[in-house]
Amino acid sequence: MLPLIGILIVIVGFALKLNPLAVVAAAAIATGLAAGHHLAEVVAAFGKAFVDSRSVAVVWLALPVIGLLERAGLKERARTVISRIRVATTGRLLLAYLALRQITAALGLTALGGHPQMVRPLIAPMAEAAAESRLGAITQRVRYRIRANAAAVDNIGVFFGEDIFIAIGSILLIRAFLDGSGIHVEATQLALWSIPTAVCAFIIHATRLMLLDKQLAAENEAE
Amino acid sequence: MISLGFVDILMGLMMAGVAIVNVRDRSNPRWAYNAAFWALYAVTFLVGPRIPSIANGIIVIAMVLIAATGKLGGAPAESTTPAEREASAARWGNKLFVPALTIPAVTVLGTFTLGHIHVGGTVLVDPKQVTLISLGLATVVALIVGMIMLRPPLSAPITEARRLMDAVSWAAVLPQMLAALGTMFAIAGVGPIVAGLLERWIPLNTPFAAVATYTVGMALFTTIMGNAFAAFPVMTAGIGLPLVVQHFGGNVVVMASVGMLSGYCGTLMTPMAANFNIVPVALLELPDENAVIKVQVPTGVILLAANTAIMYFFVFR
Repeated sequence: MLPLIGILIVIVGFALKLNPLAVVAAAAIATGLAAGHHLAEVVAAFGKAFVDSRSVAVVWLALPVIGLLERAGLKERARTVISRIRVATTGRLLLAYLALRQITAALGLTALGGHPQMVRPLIAPMAEAAAESRLGAITQRVRYRIRANAAAVDNIGVFFGEDIFIAIGSILLIRAFLDGSGIHVEATQLALWSIPTAVCAFIIHATRLMLLDKQLAAENEAE
Repeated sequence: MISLGFVDILMGLMMAGVAIVNVRDRSNPRWAYNAAFWALYAVTFLVGPRIPSIANGIIVIAMVLIAATGKLGGAPAESTTPAEREASAARWGNKLFVPALTIPAVTVLGTFTLGHIHVGGTVLVDPKQVTLISLGLATVVALIVGMIMLRPPLSAPITEARRLMDAVSWAAVLPQMLAALGTMFAIAGVGPIVAGLLERWIPLNTPFAAVATYTVGMALFTTIMGNAFAAFPVMTAGIGLPLVVQHFGGNVVVMASVGMLSGYCGTLMTPMAANFNIVPVALLELPDENAVIKVQVPTGVILLAANTAIMYFFVFR
């Protein structure tokens, strides 16, 4: 029972919004102590576990080149590409962005989207404009609903696209965690088994987006 | 033979570079905290594998203490003006994506070829680490392509890396720390204890019950913590490994991969994942704080059911 103190520390620490790095380190050390090891042994075991898990951090090696490209206008270019999408309805626009976000995330380009960079300046206004050109004036509630949908598409696209890229944090975390339990798995295999879920996520959310246009029209009519 | 040591050197040099840029550019009042944090992190890559574990443990604790002060971060603004970036974007067009796409292209190419290339009787690249080494090589190739193409100042890559690393700050180390927590759970035998406790309350005597408890547990635990990465070591040590894999003979890759994605379904449904679900509400000036979550819940619930089905049908193949 006592080693479960680590789980308790993680839950309470996250709930209290303490620094997560400190919470996780405290949980790791408490778990080791609760299992009956001496402090020096626990610190050493924790240090070894941390260094043995260092492959998880390899994703950050992409930052020099990504930063270099951002300096040269990478995000501005991505916005131009997105702004050229020509579709008739809100639902179809968001569907196109969902597909783009999933595909680029699967290629490791998670930095190309995001709420501050892409949704607020571009996706949300474009989705609202599409609704206005089809429905005429739209109510404030419909406008809010479109914006919330724009934000959701960004999340769903990146969550269920990024794991197809073999060098993303979650894949490397899984790999390092299993190594710590004495099981070696290939990153490519983990990435491959993310594909069924990615396809399901796209089908499920795309279906909902196809239904969105009618719902928005009905909601706008009702008010 | 190229081994993981090559990637360690790249990582160590980059983190050391980020620390040095912080020391040289003291415009950020937090420069000393940032520099100390990244310098310690650099040490764990450059000499960590060769020094006693207790020394590494002390370095990690020092990093955690620095992070706990709350004085990390304060990334500098972009080094070019919006007008300069617009002009550059218009000049380069879609060619700007080429160096970025070089990373996945070279990583995938390297993963499938480098492990089979022999030079003078030995393999060129350690086959067990071929993905990570390919990624390391890919970032170097992409950087060379970017430098030749854009011809920025030589210091640009590391100052830009510093801008981005200080924006992510301590959170950059969190996934690694969680993996280490998972190892500590394994050492302390947390998994069997959790599994034993759960079996008292939930009848986990069928493969389906084990799979569903794991996927739903991942989602629930993620909604509590707001972070699937944090839920993963706990649920996988407690249910995924001991029950789905070891007791019922499931495939570890399918369990882990779909398990993590079940956690992501939880991320869609919780205000604890503030970056994804609450920050956009403010950015988009929505009156209802849960507006984004409300849109995401149906997809999250249906996809969680789909994940449970995917795992059940494929994990025991």
